[in-house]
Amino acid sequence: MTEKKYWKWKEIETHTSINDLPPVPLSLPNYGSLGETGDWRTFRPEIDKSKCNKCYICWMYCPEAVIEIDKDGYPNIDYVYCKGCMICAHECPKKAIEQVREKKEPEGE
Amino acid sequence: MVKLKELIKDPVAGEEYFLKGNSSCAGCGGELAFRWIMKALGKRTIVVAPASCFNVTIGLYPRAGPAIPYLNMAFAAGAATCSGIVAGLAARKKLDPSMEDITVLCFAGDGGTIDIGIQGLSGAAERGTDFIYICYDNEAYMNTGTQRSGGTPFGAWTTTTPTGKKEHKKNVPMIMAAHGIPYVATACAGYPLDLYQKVLKAKKIKGTKYIHVLAPCAPGWRFPTEQAIEVGRKAVQTGMWILYEIEDGKMTLSGPSKNLLDKKNRKPIEEYIKLQGRFRNISPEDVKVLQKWVDRQWEDLKIRLACQS
Amino acid sequence: MTELRSELKESVRIISGNAACAWAARYARVQVISAYPITPQTTIVEKLSDFVENGELDAEYIRVESEHSVMACLIGASYNGVRTYSATSGQGLAYMHEMLHWAAGARLPIVMGIVDRGMAPPWNIWADHQDVLAARDTGWMIFFASNHQEIFDTTIQMYKICENPNVFLPAFVCLGGFIMSHTQQPVHMPDQSLVDEFLPEVPKNGWPHFFLDPDRPITHGNLQNPGGPNIDPSCWYYEYRYLIQKAHENAKQVIIDVAKEYQKKFGIFHGDLIEKYKCDDAEVALVSIGSLADQAKIAVDNMREEGYKVGAIKLRCYKPFPTEQFQELAKKIRVFPVMERSMAFGLIGGIVSIDLKAILYQHPKHPFVLPVIAGVGGRDVRVEDQIEVLKTAVEMAETNEFKTELIVSGLHE
Repeated sequence: MTEKKYWKWKEIETHTSINDLPPVPLSLPNYGSLGETGDWRTFRPEIDKSKCNKCYICWMYCPEAVIEIDKDGYPNIDYVYCKGCMICAHECPKKAIEQVREKKEPEGE
Repeated sequence: MVKLKELIKDPVAGEEYFLKGNSSCAGCGGELAFRWIMKALGKRTIVVAPASCFNVTIGLYPRAGPAIPYLNMAFAAGAATCSGIVAGLAARKKLDPSMEDITVLCFAGDGGTIDIGIQGLSGAAERGTDFIYICYDNEAYMNTGTQRSGGTPFGAWTTTTPTGKKEHKKNVPMIMAAHGIPYVATACAGYPLDLYQKVLKAKKIKGTKYIHVLAPCAPGWRFPTEQAIEVGRKAVQTGMWILYEIEDGKMTLSGPSKNLLDKKNRKPIEEYIKLQGRFRNISPEDVKVLQKWVDRQWEDLKIRLACQS
Repeated sequence: MTELRSELKESVRIISGNAACAWAARYARVQVISAYPITPQTTIVEKLSDFVENGELDAEYIRVESEHSVMACLIGASYNGVRTYSATSGQGLAYMHEMLHWAAGARLPIVMGIVDRGMAPPWNIWADHQDVLAARDTGWMIFFASNHQEIFDTTIQMYKICENPNVFLPAFVCLGGFIMSHTQQPVHMPDQSLVDEFLPEVPKNGWPHFFLDPDRPITHGNLQNPGGPNIDPSCWYYEYRYLIQKAHENAKQVIIDVAKEYQKKFGIFHGDLIEKYKCDDAEVALVSIGSLADQAKIAVDNMREEGYKVGAIKLRCYKPFPTEQFQELAKKIRVFPVMERSMAFGLIGGIVSIDLKAILYQHPKHPFVLPVIAGVGGRDVRVEDQIEVLKTAVEMAETNEFKTELIVSGLHE
């Protein structure tokens, strides 16, 4: 859940010449190994904290692990990487997650 | 039963080992399964991934989604590579005792397990290689664009069975059970905690452990991404997919499948197949054939369960 | 371990070629062996299982269910930075072909004995190089031994070459099915302590270029894009393939150095990439591999007695190809007859002769390569057959008339 250990998209060091290459390609753990996948979304899930009972079912079912629990115990969605599958909204027993159509380019970092 | 509140704070299960922003499709059942498998296994795990979606979902060089050592491998070679890694670790331990307690996991798709990989898997199981083999079964070759596999159910559309598959799904968990390995289980991405607990159990057992996970695939099965969990649940509730464990030969039904031995507790398979575009053109006769096959699976289980008690 | 160290003293053993492979693996202290039976290789892995089960060799021994798994297993083991060995033949080598590419692409220093045999159908289990030469572009280094002593010495040398940081490639050490694998010759084996001094210690933390370590999570082998004219971080596939080529080029000097070092330490020299026999004043030199190369020396001696200026070249290392050595020889030698137990169907010659042409014919004033197929499927190649080929080559050199049709020696008409 912590961000500290892994590289983020664009942070990873890349080679600039064949002379820098190690004998075999090594890939390092990276948030955004394919980029900022938040821009895949057609719909964005939005959590209404007033309805949320902190059951964490959304956290459990999120395939992408973009739902993180904040210090107050509420789930928060990382829109940089959320692909908008809407499983969380579909599975929320309190119907606390709303499906909102993306209007413009999703916000990056 | 584990509590989500506790898992979130758990030093192992609270971590993520397959990092966000990877290239799996939105709502991927396999990705959810892998997330929970890794929460059970933790960071001292080496993963071998024979050709499958999981050679692509991990992202592009020099970046990678997995936060654990992860080895892409040739299609048929998953299990044998694990045998080699386990032997290599045993040799290394003689020089470096810190190499203790590493779990070796083979994470393969249905093609890599049921079809091209079954020889290597069977060999590794017969050798008793101390590793966990997990098949995430999305019931077709999804990485190459939904071609029929030995795991595709009867009647399902794929790009190589345009009028629906004419044969039934191969029962690999039972084939693995016939190897006499200490642990065989089935699970479903729609029930992540059940999967999590089975992997936790497998981790503690020495020898070959096999877990077969049904992993709903939105693009391949043709359903909206948000329904991935629901489709998985329906697979179990209709009895199309049966959750069980076989520990040292003794079988027990698990989770919702416990109550489904009696046919009247099972929902009709229509409730499962109507959710999916891949069954759109299945004829009513073929639905009956499929229902009969499902009932037959349960009858077989009934006999097995009766015999062992 | 220390017990083993003191146990193996310098000795001469009269053993089969296959036993020489197994003994060499034992002396190299391989740590993981995977095995699948195939004639004529089987007695190698049988002997190794004896060593392991008697407690004479401290290795993990995995009995797998196919050759594809043999190589997958060694790849898995080698990723942990341990020394590995296996052996195979013919169909088995073909069956593991996919994994051969994988081992080389992953730059794993795996050494494997190949007891070469004919490819089916029809079944054939005797000396023939079609199996191993079909794997020529997998990225593996390919060595041919021509006698039992050379099998033993080359196998030990290969670990030093393969594990060199400038190389990091896998290698075959080939011997002819039955003609070498099942015949007995004396093999001189040095004191184990000398082999321990000669071979580098396996690094405690895995190979320096990678390591399967939970504390350093690395993903190996994920997808790379083709890329275009601009540098893109995800597009280095082409470059990594080129690095395999570079490693082959680097290996040439390493092979020469290791052969020299071995000679200094053990007093035995089998040539480096090639071995020249009476080539200094020769106009014609017979190129051959494996057991044919040793026999060629007799043919050359017989011809020399009759006054012919001929020599013989043993192609000890086929990959990396000894391009520079042949280009140097080409300055004096006018005809290179190449006798080999393989066919490059649809082309004129065996596989090695095609390659030799490729590196020599780039120069406008090149010598002539005379391709000769011989001994396919283990058919006996006699000294007289080699003399006949040498005489044909000498005649060509004298008359300047070069025939271009394929010569098939020893074929029933």
